[in-house]
Amino acid sequence: MSERTATIASRVGLHARPAAIFAEAAGELDIEVTIAREGEPADDAMDAASILSLMSLGASFGDVVVLRAEGAGADEALDKLVKILETDHDAE
Amino acid sequence: MQTFSGVGVAPGRVLGPVRQMPKPVQEPAASPQGASNIPADVTVESQGQRIKDAAKAVQAELRARAATASGEGKEVLEATALMAADPMLVKSAIRLLSPETPGGARTAERAVWEAAATVAESLKALGGYMAERVADVLDVRARIVSELRGLPAPGIPASDVPFILAAEDLAPADTATLDPAKVIALITSSGGPQSHTAILARALGLPAIVAAPGVDGIGDGTEIYVDGAAGTVTVDPGEELRLAAKTWATQASTVAAFSGDNALADGFRVPLLANVGTGADAVKAADAGAEGVGLLRTEFCFLDRDDEPTVQEQIAAYSAVFAAFPAKKVVVRTLDAGADKPLPFLTNADEPNPALGVRGYRTDLTSPGVLERQLKAIAAAEAANQAEVWVMAPMISTAEEAAHFAALCSAAGLKTPGVMVEVPSAALTAATVLREVSFASLGTNDLTQYAMAADRQLGPLATLNDPWQPAVLQLVKLTADGAAAASAGGSTRPVGVCGEAAADPALAVVLVGLGVATLSMSARALAAVSAVLATVTVAQAQKLATAALAAPSASAARQTVRAQLPILDELGL
Repeated sequence: MSERTATIASRVGLHARPAAIFAEAAGELDIEVTIAREGEPADDAMDAASILSLMSLGASFGDVVVLRAEGAGADEALDKLVKILETDHDAE
Repeated sequence: MQTFSGVGVAPGRVLGPVRQMPKPVQEPAASPQGASNIPADVTVESQGQRIKDAAKAVQAELRARAATASGEGKEVLEATALMAADPMLVKSAIRLLSPETPGGARTAERAVWEAAATVAESLKALGGYMAERVADVLDVRARIVSELRGLPAPGIPASDVPFILAAEDLAPADTATLDPAKVIALITSSGGPQSHTAILARALGLPAIVAAPGVDGIGDGTEIYVDGAAGTVTVDPGEELRLAAKTWATQASTVAAFSGDNALADGFRVPLLANVGTGADAVKAADAGAEGVGLLRTEFCFLDRDDEPTVQEQIAAYSAVFAAFPAKKVVVRTLDAGADKPLPFLTNADEPNPALGVRGYRTDLTSPGVLERQLKAIAAAEAANQAEVWVMAPMISTAEEAAHFAALCSAAGLKTPGVMVEVPSAALTAATVLREVSFASLGTNDLTQYAMAADRQLGPLATLNDPWQPAVLQLVKLTADGAAAASAGGSTRPVGVCGEAAADPALAVVLVGLGVATLSMSARALAAVSAVLATVTVAQAQKLATAALAAPSASAARQTVRAQLPILDELGL
């Protein structure tokens, strides 16, 4: 199991456009990635490719989340997703 | 030639193919307790695959539409497309197919329905931005269920060619997605003259007919002729009607310009003002020649909010409107929440009878302070701009309330307080009410609904809910006469009209004849109303008003007056 933490960089938090960009990227991967707030049990983690789950996670600007994945290419995939979360998409 | 007739709510004569608005998606039936409505030959796997396929198909269709859209619309479609095939939504729907789930196995349609409802509930509970996405989730749900049933997707049909939209009635959400470049007229089988369909049609200048039974059964693609003034729909029109549509198109362009400075044939001035909701509306209205604003609906900066906007936010919003009309009159209506415009921080959603509830000015009783802060913001915005600002309270019923509102205005430094006359009691006691304030404005939509005891939104009551009702015209006259009595020996207390009635050119003549000093309407209607008023003198308008008051019915009043105004037929109004 690979694990990464990331700090939400978008000012609006992880919804609207930033959430759409992230869910789409997670959906394109061959492996399943989960997302949870830091400190929450891994069992409660949600599907990172689900925009509806991301919205109900309600992560705001500056919140820390944990991404988890298993299998070949997991580390590489997580690095890529962390980068998306730590980019301020509103500033683009 | 088959014809249908209904209530014409926006004039215009057009010809085009019909597209039917798909019927709202019906909730799929739940399995009866202990039994199953699932045929024996379907498996959980085959149903699961159907859900996945339907979700993918809806996603593909939304993506295709996003590709041709632009700006904010494109972003919304892209986000909705992601939701359509959302793995969490699809997985929870598939879980509900299994006989082991509590409540037993569901059909694919029912599973999608319930899974999306659960998601919608949890988003709603989060409030704010998340709660606003509930509508998107329910839209996606309706699309997937339609796809599973093999029915057309809900919502306004997509089309490459302009068409006439037929429906049972339109909801506010439909009217927001209507593309005026594609839809050339609206016809509905239900709905009334004050329905969302009617209000939208007038704002967009689209010919429209409501309460025309049978039009929701006309086949897609059938060519029809719509006369929005006469309220008639003709299937497979002949040469004569084709020519009428062509003639109207030419005349419409000549009526389209209004120069400002509206006057009757004898030079009597009747300023034509605009009803606006935002700064952008105000700029458009000024471009259309409006001589000021007769109704600024201040709800726009309050709606869709969970809490009260700050005074600073309000100053900015009002200033945007005032800036479009330097040295011109702008009549600001204070917050009109309640009934069909609920606000979480002001109104109680559980009232058994909201039209007769705590709404309009009455919210000051239950939430004191909001009105005073709004008046403060209006005064500050006035000080920062050149517009001549008048302020009026909606839903005033007594002289006492008028006096209290005038005192609040005076305390805020606002010099011209007024009242909306929408409640019959205010019209009946206009002489005493107007002694307390400087002006009155008739809100004919609500005045009609209260005078006739007929809900504005109900199609079957459309004939009662008609501002041509002689009883409503009588209340207009009482208000104008009361204002004249209150003005005797003092300053003049003008009475304006800011309801939809002012936008009906024939009724505008009657209102002027009854003593109304200014008319305020959606900017689209200015040119037509001005063109008709220019053909009559004050004496003629008074004569027509007397005839309308004496008529035995709304339709008789309308016919009598229209027969005396040949310009209406010439212009196709």
